[in-house]
Amino acid sequence: MLEITPLHYSLLSAALFMIGVIGVLVRRNVIIIFMSIELILNAVNINLIALSDQLQDLAGQVFVVFVIAVAAAEAAVGLGIIIAFYRNKETVNIDEIQIMRW
Amino acid sequence: MSNDSSLLSLILFTPLVGALVLLFVPKRQEDAIRWIANVFVFIGFLVSLPLWFRYDSANPEFQFVERLPWIPSIGAEYFLGVDGFSVLLILLTTLMGVIAVLSSWTAITMRVKEYYIFLLTLQTGMLGAFVSLDFLLFFLFWEVMLVPMYFLIGIWGSDNRLYSAIKFFLFTLVGSVVMLLGILAVYFYNYSVTGVYTFDVTQFHQLDIPFDMQWWIFLAFFLGFAVKVPMFPFHTWLPDAHTDAPTAGSVILAAVLLKMGTYGFIRFSLPILPEATIAFVPLVAGLSIIGIVYGALVAMAQRDWKRLVAYSSVSHMGMVMLGMFALTPVGITGSIVQQLNHGISTGALFLIVGIVYERRHTRLISEYGGLSKIMPVYAAVFLIMTMSSIGLPTLNGFIGEILILQGVFVVQKTWAFFAASGIVLGAAYMLWLYQRTMFGTVTNPKNENLPDLSMREFVTFAPLLLLAVWIGLYPKPFLDRLETSVDKVMMRVDSDYTPRFAAVMDVDAPAGAAGSPAAIAANGAARAGGLDETPAEAVAVTRVVAVNDDPGGPGMIEMPVRGGGRRIAAGN
Amino acid sequence: MESIWLIPLLPGIGAAINGLVGIRFFGKRLAGVLASFMMGWALWLSFWAFVELLGTEERFHQVTVASWIPPIPLDTVDGVGSFTVDWSFTLDPLSAMMALIVTGIGFLIHIYSIGYIEHEPRGGVARFFCYLNLFCFFMLTLVLGSNFLVMFVGWEGVGLCSYLLIGYWYHKQSASDAGKKAFIVNRIGDWGFVLGVFLVFFTFGTLDFRAVAEAASQMPVETAAVGFGVISAICLLLFIGATGKSAQIPLYVWLPDAMEGPTPVSALIHAATMVTAGVYMVCRNAVLFTHAPMVMEIVAVIGVLTALVAATIGLVQTDIKRVLAYSTVSQLGYMFLATGVGAFGAAAFHLMTHAFFKALLFLGSGAVIHGMNEEQDMRRMGGLRQYMPITALTMAIGAVAIAGIPPLSGFFSKDEILFRTFLHHGVFVPDRVLWGLGVVTAMLTAFYMFRLINMTFFGAYRGPAWGHGAEEPGHDDAGHGDDHGAGHGHAWHGPHEASRWMTIPLVVLAVGAFFAGFVGVPIAFEAVWPWTATIEHFLHPSFVAQGAHAVEEAHHMSLLGEFGLMGLSVLVALGGIWFAYRNYVERPEAAERLAESLAGPHRVLTNKYYVDELYDATVVRGTMGSAGGLWTVDQRVVDGAVNGTGWTTIAASWVSHILDKYVVDGLVNLTAWICGEASYVFRRAQTGLIQNYAFVTLLGVFAFVTWFLVAR
Repeated sequence: MLEITPLHYSLLSAALFMIGVIGVLVRRNVIIIFMSIELILNAVNINLIALSDQLQDLAGQVFVVFVIAVAAAEAAVGLGIIIAFYRNKETVNIDEIQIMRW
Repeated sequence: MSNDSSLLSLILFTPLVGALVLLFVPKRQEDAIRWIANVFVFIGFLVSLPLWFRYDSANPEFQFVERLPWIPSIGAEYFLGVDGFSVLLILLTTLMGVIAVLSSWTAITMRVKEYYIFLLTLQTGMLGAFVSLDFLLFFLFWEVMLVPMYFLIGIWGSDNRLYSAIKFFLFTLVGSVVMLLGILAVYFYNYSVTGVYTFDVTQFHQLDIPFDMQWWIFLAFFLGFAVKVPMFPFHTWLPDAHTDAPTAGSVILAAVLLKMGTYGFIRFSLPILPEATIAFVPLVAGLSIIGIVYGALVAMAQRDWKRLVAYSSVSHMGMVMLGMFALTPVGITGSIVQQLNHGISTGALFLIVGIVYERRHTRLISEYGGLSKIMPVYAAVFLIMTMSSIGLPTLNGFIGEILILQGVFVVQKTWAFFAASGIVLGAAYMLWLYQRTMFGTVTNPKNENLPDLSMREFVTFAPLLLLAVWIGLYPKPFLDRLETSVDKVMMRVDSDYTPRFAAVMDVDAPAGAAGSPAAIAANGAARAGGLDETPAEAVAVTRVVAVNDDPGGPGMIEMPVRGGGRRIAAGN
Repeated sequence: MESIWLIPLLPGIGAAINGLVGIRFFGKRLAGVLASFMMGWALWLSFWAFVELLGTEERFHQVTVASWIPPIPLDTVDGVGSFTVDWSFTLDPLSAMMALIVTGIGFLIHIYSIGYIEHEPRGGVARFFCYLNLFCFFMLTLVLGSNFLVMFVGWEGVGLCSYLLIGYWYHKQSASDAGKKAFIVNRIGDWGFVLGVFLVFFTFGTLDFRAVAEAASQMPVETAAVGFGVISAICLLLFIGATGKSAQIPLYVWLPDAMEGPTPVSALIHAATMVTAGVYMVCRNAVLFTHAPMVMEIVAVIGVLTALVAATIGLVQTDIKRVLAYSTVSQLGYMFLATGVGAFGAAAFHLMTHAFFKALLFLGSGAVIHGMNEEQDMRRMGGLRQYMPITALTMAIGAVAIAGIPPLSGFFSKDEILFRTFLHHGVFVPDRVLWGLGVVTAMLTAFYMFRLINMTFFGAYRGPAWGHGAEEPGHDDAGHGDDHGAGHGHAWHGPHEASRWMTIPLVVLAVGAFFAGFVGVPIAFEAVWPWTATIEHFLHPSFVAQGAHAVEEAHHMSLLGEFGLMGLSVLVALGGIWFAYRNYVERPEAAERLAESLAGPHRVLTNKYYVDELYDATVVRGTMGSAGGLWTVDQRVVDGAVNGTGWTTIAASWVSHILDKYVVDGLVNLTAWICGEASYVFRRAQTGLIQNYAFVTLLGVFAFVTWFLVAR
């Protein structure tokens, strides 16, 4: 069996993070972007837990719990905004959402 | 006398309470508003009646005095009190208020609620000016009057109302700003002498201001008051304001507001600035005589009925001013009586114009003619008021004119010579007006069905007719009430003058009492003899403090203090 | 005597009742009877007051009813005085006589008016009697008042009533014009009068007639040597008032126009009573006037000139009432002539007789006008004596009386005036000149009066024809109602005698005009008539100061001379009558030929010397012109200055506004503009696309991390 080292965790986390970032930057559907943001958050979570284990410090795990809670709240608010927006514009295409334009 | 101690406040605030009550009445209920306004202004008249009966005409002091601190930091007080001048003018104000409010019943159909609120507020403003013995309080009320009148002209007026309203407001304001400078000059001069900051007018009446300063202050007061009177070159706001104001506004303007100016002169200019007054007599008399003749002649040229009456006011007020500046007791008495007369007759004449204006909506004399036939009662009332206005004996105008002219004649015969020509011109323009409107045949078909005076309209005239005859036949009650007040003014402007109340008062007055004529006369003598004394060197100056232990209304006691002395505790 | 104040008050009450209640509720007869009753009552009181006065030694009684103006200190020449006026009334011979004249003649005229005014509408009748009673109230106040101001009350009050009564038919422009003219011209006189009153107070410290007379009697007589002093000034000013009220030159112009009023009014006010107020006032102040001989001379000259001028105008007038009006002016001139020569008694005597015969003549003319259906032009009358015999007879008596034929009243009074003028030695005017003018006037008087009588009552009827039933049916109602000027509105059945209401007063007055002269028979008749100069003796106490028991001057000349003068004046009068008879009865065309041959003077006389035109061009136009001019000045200059200030302020504010908007605010806006322009470059970054922002953020993070790693 391959020994799973913190490096593996870090690589997984980095890969997930990059997937999330790329998802946020290139996808057009707001829902997908949202899911990508979740990916980024979870990549960070993995990193935090791995390092917490390695460093024998519970603070990292506590942070994770916080991140999950905030992510849940964020998801709720974000989805709410998306629904409200959809009702007005009948679209969730991010290219068409540019009301903050000058 | 507990009642007396707050009588003036009661008189002063009754109309204001009415205005406040009206604020809470829904504006759709116009009849309720009219009733409330009429009731309050009538109560205002009723509560002022005790002044007539309880005013002690033998007592030379201010009566019904009320005194409370107002702005202690600058020495301003809520200081009310009346003498003979103000008693008569207050009664005139409350009576004319009733008449003005009653006469508006059908004339005002637009924004009824606001109209009556303004009218009642105006009433309080005018009364306040007449009862204030604190110069700053007087100035406050003086300015307060402007605002409601401005709106009355500007909203409910006719044709050129905005122009007239603004002209009235600005003209008066310019005058009063300069007057305020004069007030402050007296205020600071008083401080420099007594070391006390106060706006107490009774204290100012004892000041001996140096002549140069008096001269400037007189000029400042003159501008403020002369605009209001109005005297000759400052009169042009009056025809516009009178003509464009609603009837009640014209009535109040003519009957009461113009009296503010003359009241200001008699209350402030003459007693506070006696030497300057004497120096200014030729100027004021000259302007008054010009006003008399000029106003009458211009009135003759008018085609607008209301404007004609307005110009006749200029002429009559010239007569009032001339009588006052004759500086003789007969002239001053006549001047005050003539103020009442002018209020009565000119007020009635404006009501008379208002009656036909309400029916026909025009004031052009040429639109009328032959009204005697259609409106006989109206014609009779108009005739009596015309006669009152041109000074027919047995009516009020005569008493005023004869006193004024006699009072002027003994001073300067040429003045009386020219002023008396006003009685010829007055007859000419009034009778011509009467002929053009009342006599002849009805040529204008629109006039054929005009209704005669209604009961309500007749009621508005009834008190004026009664007063006209009363003053004409038996003016003694009015003249008696003026006696001591006239004498007090005379003592200030003429140090040799022996007041009529001297004989009565000398016996029982305690030594040194400021109210006693001896003290005032001595004061006058000191002033006459010590003109070269600069105020800083004055050793003994007088300070007057009110004490409230005198049941007959607070008397004044006089305390000697060192020059520039500190504040002395109140006498009680 | 204690209740003499009731004498004026009674008609006053009558006026109040008629005015307040009568106009609305009283019938015609009730209003008239009430007014007449009040006058009758006043007459009764006056009569008893007169009788009581005769019973007193002092012949003076003063009643103070109330204080009018309480004492107020006022400077006089002698230091501080006290200005005070009481409502007080005096009964002395002069005022008692005047009260009797006013109430007596007033009562008769009230009775007459009941008949005269009956065709007016109901309210109009009550209004008429209200005014008439009010007039009597004021007139009695005037004659009974015991100081200048109470007199002035009456003085102005009668002016008011005159104004109202002249303008009684107010729908007629000429009537209301005449009323206004009367009032204003009177006011010009009053202007002098009040100044005189002020000077009286200033000089004497009192306004009471008796006190003034006593004070004045202590002062020197201001003869030409002494100079024109304060008493002269007072008298001159008072006389200006008298010229207004008594229609003397230069203020006589209102009286002829005043004939627009109803005829009883002309009789009462403009003949018998009000216009004599000036004479009465001068007589009342006889002591003052005798101390100012120079002013007396002016009074006499004005009087005689007025008498002459008015008589000449009267010669050519064709309106019956205007002839009488000018006659009144002329006779008033006589009265002033009398006062001017110091014959106050004669003036008052003539005042009294004139009141009788002139009231008679006016009422007679009223009856004629009434009977002729409001026709006033004598050229359209003639021969009326057969239609109205009582009127003709009574008027003839009046005419004989005024012409001065003995033994009628006018002879005695006029002759007394001429006699005293003859004896008078003037200050400036040569002796006998005034007398000569007076005699000429007497002749003219006789002429124009008989011209009037002849044109009216003699000769052929020249008036409009009247049909007997020729009018279309319904005419009776057609004119009823409003149109009083054009006629009664009832069918006219030719000239007719007036009703009893009107003829009885005529007869009573005719009796008076006939016999009134016997109270003043000249002393020359002492031998045949024991009661000579009764009225002069009776009135004398009123003309001298109390205490100064000056003996009555004896005015005697030889009996022959005196009778010669009387004979002369009778001859002159007869001459005038004969001339009138010749020209208007014998040869009616002669008058026209005379007028044609003297066309120039005739035109001047017909146009009343163009005095009205002159006054119109100078005084009236001058006043109106200056009124209009001053109004323009007021609007353009005085108000122009105000509005100019306003406009200047507005212009200044506009300039400030421009400055503020483009300079001060310009700087502020410039800053904002620069920012705004700059923003065009930078705002491109704001795409609004979240992914752009996120990408840039990411780049920034990489850059930062890279920098962090490398630079460390």
